[in-house]
Amino acid sequence: MARAQTVSIDELKSITKRIRRHIVEMTANANSGHPGGSLSSVEIATALYFRVMRHDPQNPLWPDRDRFIVSKGHATPMVYSTMAEAGYFPVEDLMTFRKLGGKLQGHTVMQKPPGVEMSAGALGMGLSFSLGHALAGRLDGRDYHVFCLLSDGDCQEGQTWEAAMASAHHRAENLIAMVDRNHIQNDGFSDYQRFPDGNGSRPQRPGGWVLKDGHTANIMNLEPLEDKWKAFGWSTQHIDGHDLEEIIDALEQAKAHTGGPSVVICETIKGKGVSFMENNPDFHGKAPSPEQLKQALKELAD
Amino acid sequence: MAQTARTEATRTALGPTLARLCREGLDIVCVDADLGYSTSAVKFGQEFPERFFPVGVAEQNMIGVSAGLAACGKIAFCSSFAVFAPGHCFDQLRMAVGQPRTNVKLVASHGGVVTGEDGASAEALEDLALMLSIPTFSVVFPADVVEAEQAIETAARTEGPFYIRTLRPKTPVIYDGSGYRFELGRWDRVREGSDVTLIACGELVKAALDAAEMLAGEGAQARVLNASSLRPIDRETLLAAARETGAIVTVEDHLIHGGLGGSVAETLAEEQPVPMAFVGMRDRYGTSGTWEQLLEYFGLTPRAIADAARGVVSRK
Repeated sequence: MARAQTVSIDELKSITKRIRRHIVEMTANANSGHPGGSLSSVEIATALYFRVMRHDPQNPLWPDRDRFIVSKGHATPMVYSTMAEAGYFPVEDLMTFRKLGGKLQGHTVMQKPPGVEMSAGALGMGLSFSLGHALAGRLDGRDYHVFCLLSDGDCQEGQTWEAAMASAHHRAENLIAMVDRNHIQNDGFSDYQRFPDGNGSRPQRPGGWVLKDGHTANIMNLEPLEDKWKAFGWSTQHIDGHDLEEIIDALEQAKAHTGGPSVVICETIKGKGVSFMENNPDFHGKAPSPEQLKQALKELAD
Repeated sequence: MAQTARTEATRTALGPTLARLCREGLDIVCVDADLGYSTSAVKFGQEFPERFFPVGVAEQNMIGVSAGLAACGKIAFCSSFAVFAPGHCFDQLRMAVGQPRTNVKLVASHGGVVTGEDGASAEALEDLALMLSIPTFSVVFPADVVEAEQAIETAARTEGPFYIRTLRPKTPVIYDGSGYRFELGRWDRVREGSDVTLIACGELVKAALDAAEMLAGEGAQARVLNASSLRPIDRETLLAAARETGAIVTVEDHLIHGGLGGSVAETLAEEQPVPMAFVGMRDRYGTSGTWEQLLEYFGLTPRAIADAARGVVSRK
């Protein structure tokens, strides 16, 4: 059975370093994959698996487990690394990532390996699936919580807002969404807040545009994001998504909230922890080269 | 085959059947996207309000929520019009249901041109092709309300993804008092014959039977198969028909591509090629009219089926 988790913040920090090293190593080994959005969500996943969630790696289908449902299904390096560190499967298996015959596909596959909650890879589907888990829990009288991780891109999909509306409508108080708000997606910068040469204020020109280096700026502005969730009937928090104590506090507060769903918007940095990946759209869906891997591991050493 | 005068819409089977099965102890839930009154799902909701989840006009969310409920052990039914589900939510059906094989059952009404007065936008002609393109779905198009109820029960009692297509208008009931039992993957031989086989699904099984009567008047004996189980198809019965009658006509209220005609042709081309003809919608959309007028207008009639049969027999 799962037990109360009492891992210290210092221990959690060293776990995040290990997970980050796994992420760069397994993507380099696969010569493909999505390191950027994996590195941005490491603290969120670590806080969940090692402090906040009630779960049991020996019994991944335990009906009373808290659920971690990852809508951004490309962030498999984060998902698999955290699960391996938490004891769901051997850390050595991470090197089979994206390989024929391995258990770890490029995007998540439901219960492969056991403990992966959802098949994903097309954005926008996670919150609906999470609401289904939340409604089933209430119907069955189980007291678990459902934690759903969304990306900037997820928040651009219409289905996410269909689910947001329905979650508040059904008063799913056991449902907690977290937005990994790293402001970067496949083609470039989600909004005007983080692109180079921008000053963070709303640009004069409408829509998005392609920058000289080929990245797109202001792909689809989500702001004011917190107000949107509020307007959809959610309780909201807005935090630093790399501060473990803040994440744990926010998630515990969200768990205690009653009467409806909660969202925690986590401000994060894409590629966090590796200097040349930070805030760099190139590493959304590209693996580090062998030289870059060496540099990354040096930066991520204990 | 007992011929009766009774007509009933196949869509009326859904809600009452789910309510009965839930009463019998099946762990059924139903997610609804604001068409439950038309699909009869509300009949389940009236009896089991805590198991009925309206999500508004949001078919993508309907499928995702259903998949989540199914992942927690529920038998998750959902319903809409076929133009909206699968029409609006193919990717959700693929990712949240088809690939992980979640226990979701989509029962979509208003298939085919017989939807009628609402016109082309409301008449689903591609839904069977869409659902047959997802390899893990069982796909069923019942011939009448008796078979629809049995197909819904089979779906509830069989683990895995199902798509069941129902219809808006009151169509002839062919299985009243027949003792017929629907079986997934088995095609019912509703008429014996050795000169040609008419393979039909949905409301056009009755039209195929009427065509067989016309042909019998000319001395030709047509076998009629009810191909309600579109996946899995009844390969054995199909190959026997090709072998024993030597000519096949498929009949469907759907595009001939990707539906019954396509499935039959794929199997026969590989295993037992015989002359074939297709009665169905060929590269076109529907329009407004009464459902009987539209069947006439688009050539989905006993006369057209008999014509196709004569043509295919002449090519034997």
